[in-house]
Amino acid sequence: MHADLDHAATTPPRPEVLEVLERWVRAANASARHLDGQSARRAVEEAREQAGAALGCTPHEVIFTSGGTEADNLAVKGVVWAAHAARATGAAGATGARAERDGRVHLVTTAIEHAAVLEPARWLAERGDVELDVVAPQPDGRIGVDDVLDRVREDTALVSVMGANNELGSVNDIASLGAALQERGVPLHVDAVQCVATRDVSLDGWHADALAISAHKLGGPQGVGVAVLRRGLAVEPLSHGGGQDRGLRSGTFAVGLIAACGMALERAVAERDTLTERLTGLSERLAAGLTSIEGVTRNGPHEASHRLASHVHVSLDGVDGEALALALDAAGIAASSGSACSSGAGHASHVTEACGIAGTPLRLSLGWTTSTEDVDHAVAVLSELVPRLRDGGPALGLGLRPLAGPV
Amino acid sequence: MARVLAALSGGVDSAVAAALLVEAGHEVTGVHLKLADLPDAQQVPGHGCCGLDDAQDARRTAQVLGIPFYVWDMTEVFRREVEEPFAATYAAGATPNPCITCNERVKYAALLDRALELGFDAIATGHHARLERDGAAVTEPGSGAMLVRARDSAKDQSYVLHVATPAQLAATLLPVGELTKAQVRARAAELDLRVASKPDSYDVCFIPDGDTAGWLGARLGAEPGPIVDLDGTVLGEHAGVWGVTVGQRRGLGLDHHERRFVVDVEPTTRTVIVGPRDALACGWLEVDVPGWAVTDVPADGTAVHVQLRAHGTSHAARLRHATHGGAPTLRLELAEPAHGVALGQAAVVYDATDRVCLGGGRISRAERPARLPVLTTSAGAGFA
Repeated sequence: MHADLDHAATTPPRPEVLEVLERWVRAANASARHLDGQSARRAVEEAREQAGAALGCTPHEVIFTSGGTEADNLAVKGVVWAAHAARATGAAGATGARAERDGRVHLVTTAIEHAAVLEPARWLAERGDVELDVVAPQPDGRIGVDDVLDRVREDTALVSVMGANNELGSVNDIASLGAALQERGVPLHVDAVQCVATRDVSLDGWHADALAISAHKLGGPQGVGVAVLRRGLAVEPLSHGGGQDRGLRSGTFAVGLIAACGMALERAVAERDTLTERLTGLSERLAAGLTSIEGVTRNGPHEASHRLASHVHVSLDGVDGEALALALDAAGIAASSGSACSSGAGHASHVTEACGIAGTPLRLSLGWTTSTEDVDHAVAVLSELVPRLRDGGPALGLGLRPLAGPV
Repeated sequence: MARVLAALSGGVDSAVAAALLVEAGHEVTGVHLKLADLPDAQQVPGHGCCGLDDAQDARRTAQVLGIPFYVWDMTEVFRREVEEPFAATYAAGATPNPCITCNERVKYAALLDRALELGFDAIATGHHARLERDGAAVTEPGSGAMLVRARDSAKDQSYVLHVATPAQLAATLLPVGELTKAQVRARAAELDLRVASKPDSYDVCFIPDGDTAGWLGARLGAEPGPIVDLDGTVLGEHAGVWGVTVGQRRGLGLDHHERRFVVDVEPTTRTVIVGPRDALACGWLEVDVPGWAVTDVPADGTAVHVQLRAHGTSHAARLRHATHGGAPTLRLELAEPAHGVALGQAAVVYDATDRVCLGGGRISRAERPARLPVLTTSAGAGFA
């Protein structure tokens, strides 16, 4: 048996999405004036409306990107650079006397953000474009609203806080943060990549100014995502060219991917309540099974309303991470046993480090195709595997499956 | 059929090794060891290994062969067991072979322990060396395997594998030792492996630009000392004994027409002694802690061959079980004197036909034919 319990990494595309992708991947250039171009453009604009409806914003605020990483980069770098540009021209903006003094604007983010936010933030800081404040998480992986607000200054150009953490599934109180920041006139960017499948995401409801979404986390294809940028938020583009999407994201519209992304968002929102209820049951069943194994503890928030229904993150005491990776493959379970660096080696994640989580981490994440059998298989395998690996026993049980895919 | 963990360096030899094992019907898993932690910008394509390109090439090889693939981060153990001792050995005036240390502590021995622990029956590497059991090439793991020089004598790497014990050899497969390098490349091309024409790496893998002296200088700092001749006359100055190897002739900065070689390095006084080639002649050497790749340790008086450098020729010798300061030592009496014997390098012992590797170890002492007047006694460091 094979169980995919790595939906947080990627969740399979839904059949309706594949149909749309198949149909529109052959589209004409959506910027062309002829009728074929107009037909393709209609698919793009329909997807834009689907995305706007799904994300609590107007269609005009939807920018299609290559994925979550580009959307995060566009929000973080784009807003910071626009703040610099506004200061240079003397226009009123999110800059103040303090910024005038030291030539930088202020950026606040958190230690548990995805690299797509943390790395551009650090890069901006190294260049001297921003003064960076990184807020530490609470041990359960949540970010304290007051911990963020305490860092905000008159020259703060942007606050970037994720909706839910991708490893722990810890959910942040974005609505409260957004309301407080709106009062102070400080823009908020929310990396909402992990939470769209099971949580309400709304630019207006959250009082946010920017969102990042990735289609393949919610039943869409890989390679497409959405940056929501509120009308009135000054943003510099990352790439210049033909001026598509308000000039904020030049490049030929990827009609097939965009149409599939729109459909995926529509389906995800339509089925969200049902899915969330089902996954809550499955993830609690999984967590109960796993924590009944000696030396296995669940990480993340204790209160169910503070965690994603899709995530179960546990620590395995005394189990070697490399052996675990091999053993899970051998047992036919796809799960995340540590984040991978560029060469592919496993290493301690910045999230577990920031939260002070000990033991070998293992994230099992569920999605729309997950069944009770998947969950029970994982519990059965790990119940046998954890004691065996802890005693230094072999990682290989029945042998590894051959590598699937194009050869 | 065995469960084999194939170490994939990203080079052509290990790729073909894994391919041959897949063809032979073994259940093969690929692993790439991340050893040297080089910043991306310092990685020079085609030099050294352990870079991102190598990890990618290793991954692609596994994909083409259709086998599972993992990367294991061993940078910490590599730094502790290989890079730091490499610098320390040079600082002590001796000449290390980091590839042997790496095989002994990381790449071969540690990987093998790990593999057996995880449930594999054997590991495989792309080393050019052969294993034989009862005179036939080894195709399945099991006891009785003997380490034998590669078919391609120019590429033979049995020297760096001499640290393997019989038990370790029993759980090892070395399929490419049966092929010449040209055959290896041809097989890789047939299999459409993109590493088929990848250049061989010759450098120390963690010093990709090949500037060993610069690497050592940055870590150990300048510690200048005199360069003297056999009479004690000062001829010049060096930047640190770590930049000098016994037998070395070039790069000393001496303005002299006569051919002079480094004949000794005295680390405590930072003195480098140079002399004519004859002063390098060495008739015997001793290894204090030999290791044996064979079950039966050769008897005193056995006629053997001994190889003193990774790519050096071998010397006919007689093996003696001697003592030094009351402790047992392995003494090798060379039939003809060898030149440029550096302490710290490995002396690897082969049988009388120079074919089967018996074992070996680091050179602890070696004969010094001429008395070197500037040297006072310095236990363990200078020539005996």
